[in-house]
Formats: sequence, C-alpha cells, structure tokens
Amino acid sequence: MRSDPVVQVQALVKRYRTKTAVDGLDLVAGTGITAVLGPNGAGKTTTVETCEGYRKPDSGTVRVLGLDPVREAAALRPRIGVMLQSGGVYSGARADEMLRHMAKLHAHPLDVDALIERLGLGSCGRTTYRRLSGGQQQRLALALAVVGRPELVFLDEPTAGLDPQARRATWDLVRDLRADGVSVILTTHYMDEAEQLADDVAIIDAGRVIAQGSPEELCRGGAENTLRFSGRPGLDIGSLLKALPADCTAAELTPGAYRVGGKVDPQLLATVTSWCAQHGVMPEKISVERHTLEDVFLEMTGKELRS
Amino acid sequence: MTAVGTYTPKPGAAPLTRMIAVQAALETKMLLRNGEQLLLTVVIPTLLLVLFSSVDVVDTGEGEAVDFLAPGILALAVMSTAFTGQAIATGFERRYGVLKRLAASPLPRWGLMAAKTLSVLVTEILQVILVTVIAFALGWSPGGNPLAVLLLLLLGTAAFSGLGLLMAGTLKAEATLAAANLVFLLLLVGGGVVVPLDKFPDTAQSLLGLLPISALSDGLRDVLQHGAGMPWGDLGILAVWGVVGLTAAARFFRWE
Repeated sequence: MRSDPVVQVQALVKRYRTKTAVDGLDLVAGTGITAVLGPNGAGKTTTVETCEGYRKPDSGTVRVLGLDPVREAAALRPRIGVMLQSGGVYSGARADEMLRHMAKLHAHPLDVDALIERLGLGSCGRTTYRRLSGGQQQRLALALAVVGRPELVFLDEPTAGLDPQARRATWDLVRDLRADGVSVILTTHYMDEAEQLADDVAIIDAGRVIAQGSPEELCRGGAENTLRFSGRPGLDIGSLLKALPADCTAAELTPGAYRVGGKVDPQLLATVTSWCAQHGVMPEKISVERHTLEDVFLEMTGKELRS
Repeated sequence: MTAVGTYTPKPGAAPLTRMIAVQAALETKMLLRNGEQLLLTVVIPTLLLVLFSSVDVVDTGEGEAVDFLAPGILALAVMSTAFTGQAIATGFERRYGVLKRLAASPLPRWGLMAAKTLSVLVTEILQVILVTVIAFALGWSPGGNPLAVLLLLLLGTAAFSGLGLLMAGTLKAEATLAAANLVFLLLLVGGGVVVPLDKFPDTAQSLLGLLPISALSDGLRDVLQHGAGMPWGDLGILAVWGVVGLTAAARFFRWE
C-alpha cells in the first residue's frame, strides 16, 4: 500500500513561549493508517495540528499531500478531513444539522443519512450538541471529518473515553476508510488501538519520533519474545540450545519450568516441540509471550504510557 | 455494513457563494434558536418601544413619544445584533472550537466572516420590519430620506460589528458575555436611545455624542423625526468607529 508519502515532516520544531512541544521531529507517513503514539504532552497534537495548518512551524518543513498546510491551505483543506479532540460544533446545533451543513460545504459529500445510520447518530434526534453524550459528540466529530470524502483524515484521539462497543464501531469505520483508499493519521495513547489498526506506528516522546515501523516490526525489534513450557525437571539445556538458532537463550527457571528467549516465530515453536519429541518430553503448558507496543514503549522511554 | 467504495475519496469544495450562503443560513438559525439572543434582539427593543411610547416615563420632548423612540429603538436593534449578539455568539464559538473546526473546512476564514455579516444583516432586516410595524401601530409618522437611513444602518452595523468581533476575538467567552451585556445596558441608557441626550450635563453630552450608539440614534432621529438630509456628522462618527473597530478586530482576533 506504500506509495508517495501523504505526510512528510522534516526537522519540525514548535515552541510555545518557553516550552518546546516538538523538538526536531521527522515523520513520513504513507497511504494506509499511521498511528502517532505517545503519552500526553509528547507533541502528538501539536504535530498533527501543524499538518492541519493550524500552527506555523518555528522551523522545519511540513508537506501534506505535497502541499504546504499554511501557504497552500485553500488547496489542501477540501482534501483533508479533521477530527478535533473536542468541540467544534455550535452548542445549539443538532447532530444531523451540523453534519448536513458540513456536507454542503463540499462538492461531493457522502450520503448524510447513511453516515448517521452507520455511526448510530440517528438516536440523537432533536437533541442539541451540548446535550449529547461524550460518545455521541465523538462520533459526530468523526462523521464531520469524513463527510466531505477526503483523501486523508486526521483523527486526534478518536476513541478517547468511548465505551468498548463505540470504540469497535469507530475502528470498523477507520478500517473501511482504509479499504476504500482513504489515508488516516491518528493520534492515540492506546497501545491496542495502534496495534489493531495501524499499518505504521510512529512512537513519539518528548517532541521527537523515537521509533517507527509496523506494529510487528516494532515488537520484534524492540524486545525479545519469550516461549515458556513445562516438562520433567533436568532436561539437557545444552542440547536444546544446539537445536535452537544461535541468538536464542534457554534456561530452566525452576525445576520443570523452562524459558526460551529470542525471536519467537512459528519456526522456533516447531523447533522446540520437535526437540521435545526427539527427547521423549511431553511439553505441558506451552505459552508464547509476545511483546506488545506497551513493552516496546516502556523499554525505549523508561516511561509508562499513561492516559 | 457499508458497500465497498462508499468512502472512496472524491474531495472538493462547494462553490464559494453556496458555502457563504449556507453558512449565513446556519448562523441565523442558531441565533434565532437561542433564547437569550432573542431576548436581546427582539424582546427588549419591542418592550421598550411599547412601554415608553404608551407610558409617560421619560420626557421625550415635543411631539409624539413614538416619533422620538422609534429611531432610538432601531439604533438599539442594530447594536443588539451587530454588537452584543455577535460578540457573545462568536465568543462562545471560539471557546467551543467551532471557529477552529470551520477553519479546517473548505470555507475560507474571510468567507466565514462574510457569512456572519450576512447573518447579522438578515437579522437586522427582520428587526427593522418588526420595529417598524409596531411603531406604525403606535402612530409613528416618519419622514426623511430612506437612503440616509440605510446608510446610517449600514455604517452603524460596521461600527458595532468591528467592536463586537474585537471583543469576541480577544477576551474569554465569559468575559465577553459579561462585558457585552454591560456595554449594552450602559449604551442603552447613555446613548440617546430612550433618554434624550440633553437630559445629561453639557460636558457629558459632548462626550456621549461621540459614542456609536448616540451617533446612530441621533442620525436616525434627525432624518426620521426631523426630515433632515444626510447627517454627515453622525455618519462620520460611525465611519471612524467602523474603521477603527474592524481594523483592530482584523489585527487582534484570535481564532482559538
């Protein structure tokens, strides 16, 4: 799915008074779904809002769909969809009213009724925005971002505070967008969101991208994974190590509890089980512990991702 | 489930005139739906007109009270919509991210401002019709040059819009709400709307006469009550306020 980058950020610096929010950030996002992951205050929103044309870089360059978001805003704005973290709607407007309005500002909008149905906003009826629930407000903001049939949508924390069902509905829509060729840049501090959705993840900390890659690449590259099994005590670890690839480790942690560390893939699992078969061992309780983005993040920054 | 291809990109802005028209329609709808705004733009001017015309509370000088009051109430209507109403609405739109969100839509910022102006003008037309009908029912007999009246109303709108947007774009929404209402009240009393300026001491009179509300009510009264031609002095005062206010608003307005 990779072709020309949809977003290209080079050496971006953005300061607010004395605080440096973004500190020499480089980011290239291709088509598909790119997650910008990091703790609060890492610079995610500042980066995205610079791409949306809201902020002028103090230095560095930003190109979105090949355009300068500030100087070529008029050409860019019809092509992008924006979901703000909060607000953005007249407090006295109804959900369908605001959505129809945004549709009218575009030349070829989506079918508003279908979108309302899709996002479960039909039940909002005549309720005005200020009386909608947080989840309804979030879904309306998402609908506003996509109704103009953009090439690229920016979603800033799209599922923050949503219940699991609404969250899944949002994820489904994001996947449908991708399937139809819409690129998505989303910021999140939810690891599972990035793992579930993203083709590409950029981990941001203290205003810089500290790692970027597919979720699989990041999990593989960052930390060793672990395979555990139990069998009879006192197995020949030396023999097991010979059967394993060179960079693997193996140990008997407590009598009968074994741990194999390294790049755990189906091949490694097969190697371990066939070694067991050759040695007449019945491995019980085999488990594979895959490292998550959470572990990767913790390892790289020494910090927990907090909400 | 949604059919494949539903979201296939097909971006594009609507034609500019359509964007401005639908934006103006929405802004007007929001205003007419808002109870506090209606109180300010419809109820208060109407009540004042009816009350002060039928009950002899203030000495409005020679002639029918309504002939003195109707021009003042027209000026008040312009102030309530272009200044107070617009300042409060825009202040809260800024606070709630509406201005920010619209800034990322295909509608250009100047298009949003044009739509706001259009919405103010539409509201004023409705107000003028309402005030005129009620005033006629109360026995109003206006004279003068309609073109001068139109020019006064337009320059008054420009003057009050500049000040209202300056306030909305620089102060916090709550501060705008309080200040806009306070100014409304002060100018209602001290701007020759229902109380003739000659009731004030001489020195105060000359200062109060420079206020946009005084210029507008005085100009309208000169034309509608006394049949004057072009009230150049009042038009000049309004023009200065308009240029200063709009320039300052353009310079200092913050969208977030």
